[in-house]
Formats: sequence, C-alpha cells, structure tokens
Amino acid sequence: MFDFALTHAWLIPLLPALAFLIIGLGTRQDKDTSAKIAITMSALSFLLALGVAGAVITRPVVMADPFVMKTLWAKVGDIELFMGVLVDPLTAMMLFVVTTVALLVQIYSVGYMAHDPGAGRFFAFLSLFASSMLGLVLSVNFMQMYAFWELVGLCSYLLIGFYYYKDSAREAAKKAFITTRIGDFGMLLGILLVQLTFGTLDFLELKALLPTYIWETGGGILTVIALLLFIGPIGKSGQFPLHVWLPDAMEGPTPVSALIHAATMVVAGVYLVGRAYFLFSALPVVLEVIAWVGGFTAIFAATIAITQRPFKRILAYSTISQLGYMMLALGVGSLTASMFHLMTHAFFKALLFLCAGAVIEAMHEEADIFKMGGLKERMPVTFRCMTIGVLAIAGVPPLAGFFSKDAILAAAAEVSTPLYILATVTAFLTAFYMARLLFVAFFGEVKPDCPAQETNAWMRWPLVVLAALSVVSGVWGHFAGFGEWVFHGPITEEHISWQIAGTSVALTLLAFFLAYEIYVAKRWSSYEISRRLGVLYTLSYNKYYIDEIYTVIRNTFVDKFGAVLYWFDLHIVDGIVNGLARFTGGLSGVLGLAENGQVQRYVTVFYCGAIALVAYSLVFAWLVLSVLGGAF
Amino acid sequence: MTDPFSLTAMDIFRFATHIGLTHYLLLAALLFAIGLFGLLTRRGIIPALMCVELMLNAVNINLVAFNHYLPMPDHSGQLMAIFSIAVAAAEIAIGVALAFRVYRDRNTVNLDDLDHLKG
Repeated sequence: MFDFALTHAWLIPLLPALAFLIIGLGTRQDKDTSAKIAITMSALSFLLALGVAGAVITRPVVMADPFVMKTLWAKVGDIELFMGVLVDPLTAMMLFVVTTVALLVQIYSVGYMAHDPGAGRFFAFLSLFASSMLGLVLSVNFMQMYAFWELVGLCSYLLIGFYYYKDSAREAAKKAFITTRIGDFGMLLGILLVQLTFGTLDFLELKALLPTYIWETGGGILTVIALLLFIGPIGKSGQFPLHVWLPDAMEGPTPVSALIHAATMVVAGVYLVGRAYFLFSALPVVLEVIAWVGGFTAIFAATIAITQRPFKRILAYSTISQLGYMMLALGVGSLTASMFHLMTHAFFKALLFLCAGAVIEAMHEEADIFKMGGLKERMPVTFRCMTIGVLAIAGVPPLAGFFSKDAILAAAAEVSTPLYILATVTAFLTAFYMARLLFVAFFGEVKPDCPAQETNAWMRWPLVVLAALSVVSGVWGHFAGFGEWVFHGPITEEHISWQIAGTSVALTLLAFFLAYEIYVAKRWSSYEISRRLGVLYTLSYNKYYIDEIYTVIRNTFVDKFGAVLYWFDLHIVDGIVNGLARFTGGLSGVLGLAENGQVQRYVTVFYCGAIALVAYSLVFAWLVLSVLGGAF
Repeated sequence: MTDPFSLTAMDIFRFATHIGLTHYLLLAALLFAIGLFGLLTRRGIIPALMCVELMLNAVNINLVAFNHYLPMPDHSGQLMAIFSIAVAAAEIAIGVALAFRVYRDRNTVNLDDLDHLKG
C-alpha cells in the first residue's frame, strides 16, 4: 500500500494537471462537472499523499535516505536535465499539507463560486496551481524546481487576476507577477552559478559534493550562490522588501488567497530554502542574513497589520509576518521548527482565510472590519472556527501555533538574543492584531443593516475540518515526533522550555486582554490611542509608504531613464534606419530612370554592351598579339 | 590577314564565284543585323518577334556552316541547329500567345505603350 503510493508519487502532481487539461479543454462551460473533476483528482492525489506520508511514518524513507525516481528530461550538449520525484519526510509533509489544503479549498470553492459564471475556469486554474506546487515539492533538481516555481507564479497571476474585468485585480496580478519575477531572476542566476560551479543541479549529488568542495576551496562563491538563490524566496515568500505584492493578492477570489497564503505559493520560498538547506546551513553568513531578513519581516509586517482595516489585508500582513518567522527559524538553524510552523500555519491560515471568505461573502463584499460587528450570533459556526484560528495563530496552548511557535522561539533563543526578543515581540503583536480582528468583527453590537447569515454547507465543512487540524496538528506533531522525521544535522530533542513558552503565553494573554479592553469593553478609546501614537500610527497605517517609495523610485529612475532611452531610440536608432531608407529611396529614384519599361531600350543597351565587350576583347587580343609579335 | 588594298581583280572574281565559309558567315551576319535593326525599330510585338526569329536563324546558318567545314563532320552543328529551331518554335508559340493576351488585356500591341514595369 505505502510502496504503491511511493512508487506512484509522480501521479500526485499529474492528477491535478490532468484535471486542468480536462476542464480547460472540455468541461469549462459546465460548472458542476468541472468541480467534480477537480475535486476527484485532488482527492486522489490527497490519498496518494497520505500513502506517501504513511511510508514516512513507517520509515522506509528517512531524511538521510530519500526515495528517488527520475527520468531524462532534456539533454543539451553535455548537460543532462532530469525530472522526477524525490520523496523524503520533508516532501511527504509538504505533499500532505498541499493536497489537504488544496482539496478543502476546492470543496469550499463549490460553495463560494456557486454564482460565478467563470467557475469552470476557476477550477481549472486551481487544479493547475495545486499541480505546480506539488511538482515543485517533488523536484529532484534545481531546474525542475525552477520550472514549477515559474508555473506557480503563472497560476498566481491567473488567479489573482481572475476577475480580469476589474482594474484593481489586473493591476494586482501584474504586481504579483513582476515582483516575484525580480526574485526569480536572482534565483535563476544562482541556479546557473550552481551548474557552472558543480556541473550538476541534482539535490542529492550536490549534497554529496558540497563538503569536499568547501574543504577544498572555501565558501566564497558559495556565499554568492546562496545569496542569489535566497532572492527567489524573498520574492516568492513575501520577505521584505519584495513583500508588496502579497497584500494586493487579495484581489483574487478568497479561496485563492487561502491557497496562496497557506499552501501553494508563499511557502514555496521557505520550502526552497529547506530543500537546499544542506547548502544554506554550511554558510553561517548566509544563515545570518536569512535570520535577520526573516526576523525583520516578521516584526515589520506585524506592526503594519495592527492598524489595517480590511479583513483580508490584516490576514495578508499576518502571513508575511509568519513567513518571516519561518525564515527566522531557518536562519537560526532549525529546519524542524520552520517546517513545523509551515505545516501548522498552512492549516490555521487556510482556516482564517476561508472564514474571511465566508464573512466577506455574508457581508456582501464589505471588507472593512469596523463595518462588521456582532457576527458572533449571526454566524456561529464561522465564529467558532475563526476563534480556533485566532487562538492557534496567537499561540495559545494546546493549539497548533503554540507548539510550532515555541519551537521557533526556542531555536532563536539558543542562537541570538536580539532575534529572540524580536520574535517574542512579534508574537505579542500577532496575538494583539488577531484578537483585534476577532473582537471588532465578531463581538459588539450587530450593525442595523447587517445582511450576514451562516454560510452554506459546502463552505462550512472545510472550515470545520481545518479547525480540527489547527487544533490537533501541533499536539500531534509535537508528541509523535515531527523532529525525528524532518530535521537537518543532529536530531534536536523536542522539549518545551517553560521559561520561553511561559513568556510567550503570558504575552499572548496580555495582548488578548488589551485587545478586549480596547475593542470590546472600550475602556480606552482606540481612536485616542492612535492619535497619541501620531506619526507611528500614520506610518503603520500607510504600510511605511513602501509602495509610495517604489512609485517614486520608478518615476525618477525607471521612467526618466526610459525617457532618455526613448529619445535615443527615436532619434538615433530610428534616425539611422530612416536615413538608410531615405538614401536607398533616393538611389532607387536615380537608378529607376534607367528602368523605363521600354523593352527595346533594354535590347539596345544589351547589344551595345555586347558590342563593347567584343570590342574590348578585340583590343585586348590585338595587344597580346603585338606583345607576342613574331612568335605568332 | 589579307590587306584589302592589295587584292587583284582576279582575287575578287574568284571570291565572288567560289562559295566558301565566308559567304555563309556574311549572310548570317547580314540576317542578324537586319533582325537586330528590326527588333530595335519596329513598334509592334509581332514584327519584333519575327525579327527575333530572323536573328535566331542567322545563328542556325552559322552553326550549320561551321559544321560543314569541320575537318571531320559529325553533324553536331546540325543537331544544335535543330535544337535551336525547336526552342525557337516553342518561344514563338509562347510569344504569340502572350501577344494575344496583351492585346485582349490592353487593347494594344504597341511596345511603347507596354511600359508597366517602369521603375
């Protein structure tokens, strides 16, 4: 059973791809059939992924001895590119997470897209999205990973711009694509450098070659390679300063946001660093960069999330912040903590986003949380799921976030105190803004014209499943020994440090208390607080003006430089070409005088030429004869 | 080369009465010149084509005459001439057909008016 799943792991990305083809070519117009095909294929890949996970738990496959199947994909000169599957516990965990979230999101979408005429197209893209991410997860080498990486980018473009008739959706799709492309370019350079340095892109071969290489030549070029490779994850996983596309990605339908933020897109970057961890972990400088980028992103995004008003945007900044957490964990050398947090985060963030979708649909596309209120009575199931999600992300024991966040905090505390403090403050902020979201939207008075009511069953049940997963995945991972499956280097003993866990739980509860006092009991006016904070509040509310800074940079540098180039193109390049054309035209006017269309003129010229040739040869013959003289 | 001013009356008489290669070549040259003149001066397609035929036949005469005076006649000149006649026949067929088409189309066969390829 497990062996079957393992040897047929290549089917996992292929099945959704098949669904994409069938829907895209055939049943696009038929909403129900499309949904059935997409969900069937996702369910099949989910079962296979479960089988693969079973193979990991029963341990024919461990980190040191992965299962590999590959086939020649392309051969260019001496370079052979392979495509295949590499299954180790890390892959199995990702497969499980991606297929679970994808399946639940697709089931949810049946309810969410029920009234959208483009639902068939939507299911096709969702399938392709899941397929690309699964292919990325199973990659055996950098090139395959890069191909699927770009496919994921394409799918995000298609899905964020799903409502292509809306200006904002088109702009957001372009922004997401272009911003991540910047990162991809750095990553591509890194991959090319790997090929040049090692002559192979295969993960396992590189892993074997690396220690000798470092021993012989040191880490100079490797540092460059790793930093270039890391630019890809900065773009894809929304790390500062390329995070700007993520909040705008809210323009897509909400299930897409859930998929992008939880399972299929943004974690690709974290996964890449995890997959190539043998490379990153060998370079302390790079690890430090990763840790600080992650830590800074975490607190930076958390401070923005505190002041935002739209429901989904708060969640988006929360995602950026949590991704920063994962990067931080990788940077301080704990693959286990990072991947553990990736898994639990996927569940509770998908849950939160799907709740957001339910709420926003119930509110008739009203996203501002301050225009909601009192949804607790109107949407009891959604409220309970949302509460579980909030408690999980805030790290309240014994929910999922507590264990994974604690693992990260413990790992950070071991390496660097500033990073630990950064992470703890972020945890406090996270608890505060999530509590604010929950309290403002679900507590208080019901607004008089509030249209909200409980959602349909298609949308409700995935919420319940995800809520259950958000509760149990942390406990399960902690006590079943997640760290003994997914690890790098020596296995770290998993134990809860009471000091670290106690501090973070105390801070979380304090944050909840503060949020309750401000937003429910209204002991302090939130308006008053924001006024006191003054410039800090303005900065945070306007997202530190990062978008505006980019606009200024673009206007001054890109546009001005473009204007110079435009002038050059118009006057120099075009000038040369036009001048050439004018010269040719003039010349042809002169030569055209000879071409008067009179056949007899041509004949005359022809015979004159013939006579001239004969005359010339006669004269020449005469000269030769006179030179030869008597010899003739 | 013979100096023309040192020719005697006898030489001229002998030349006029004894037909040799030179006579054939002179005839061919004459025909060719007439044809060329006609081609360059006539303004109708049909006369022009006829003049082309004249020039071709001048060449044929050359071929046959040279063949006759070969040290070892092997009829290659005759063969070439027959080829040339066949090709000329084909050419004139197409030429006349073209002339007809041109007339139907443009209502004229005057070469001066047919200058659509003017540059």
